[in-house]
Amino acid sequence: MARMKFVCDSERCIECNGCVTACKNENEVPWGVNRRRVVTLNDGVPGERSISVACMHCSDAPCMAVCPVQCFYRTEEGVVLHDKDVCIGCGYCSYACPFGAPQFPSQGTFGARGKMDKCTFCAGGPEENGSQAEFEKYGRNRLAEGKLPACAEMCSTKALLAGDGDVVADIFRTRVVHRGKGAEVWGWGTAYGSQTAGTPTNGVTK
Amino acid sequence: MKRALAAAALISAAMFLGACGEKPQTNAHGVRLDAAPWTGTGTQPNSATAFTASGWQPGDRASWEQHLKVRAQNQNEYNRIN
Repeated sequence: MARMKFVCDSERCIECNGCVTACKNENEVPWGVNRRRVVTLNDGVPGERSISVACMHCSDAPCMAVCPVQCFYRTEEGVVLHDKDVCIGCGYCSYACPFGAPQFPSQGTFGARGKMDKCTFCAGGPEENGSQAEFEKYGRNRLAEGKLPACAEMCSTKALLAGDGDVVADIFRTRVVHRGKGAEVWGWGTAYGSQTAGTPTNGVTK
Repeated sequence: MKRALAAAALISAAMFLGACGEKPQTNAHGVRLDAAPWTGTGTQPNSATAFTASGWQPGDRASWEQHLKVRAQNQNEYNRIN
């Protein structure tokens, strides 16, 4: 199986925040924590674009590289998850992440930062699949139910695609061919490496 | 006196150099790994619940992968509408 990936089609996103709502509802994310959010570029200017942003489950995840307690792990499907029993809430991952994915609930005394919370690709975490403990810590495990992330399945315009990287890339390619524009996938190169990444050019490796 | 100074210098050098080491970044140390998603969410191993999508058999990796590929194609309206 290829890796699980997200694609957000900025030509289609209408900033309805349906993905944000679906995520919060499905995973019962606490107040103040947004695993997914919609970012609008050039807001109010003709040609503005909106993008749904969350953890992209990077191929070479910077959060995983900087974590001092090594609480992250990657599943066979390429989903980057973390163990909240190990996380110390230091926030290094927040600084390292190019997508601003790590979130920190601040419900403790004096607004103390809690353990990191982020998108799990609706794959739960290191607790028993479908258990109450898994749901309370990480949210719903839709992958183990044979479903895709709620944000993508609820997207009204299907701007947000999730699933096997080969399948979502194929869907996006079909769209681009039909409409003849909008081939740029925001964040794809950053998360999964550009098509030319690692190719030596003029003796210098990108 | 010289011996004590030399010993102190050696110990402090070892401590300073110790901070220069790199730890492995494999993230496989002490992290509890997740159960495979194709094993389902039921209380018994390889079992389903009322929330499990139909069309695949928990415990069968190939059927889970195929089911997710088919489900992902539901996001392709060129298949559904045109």
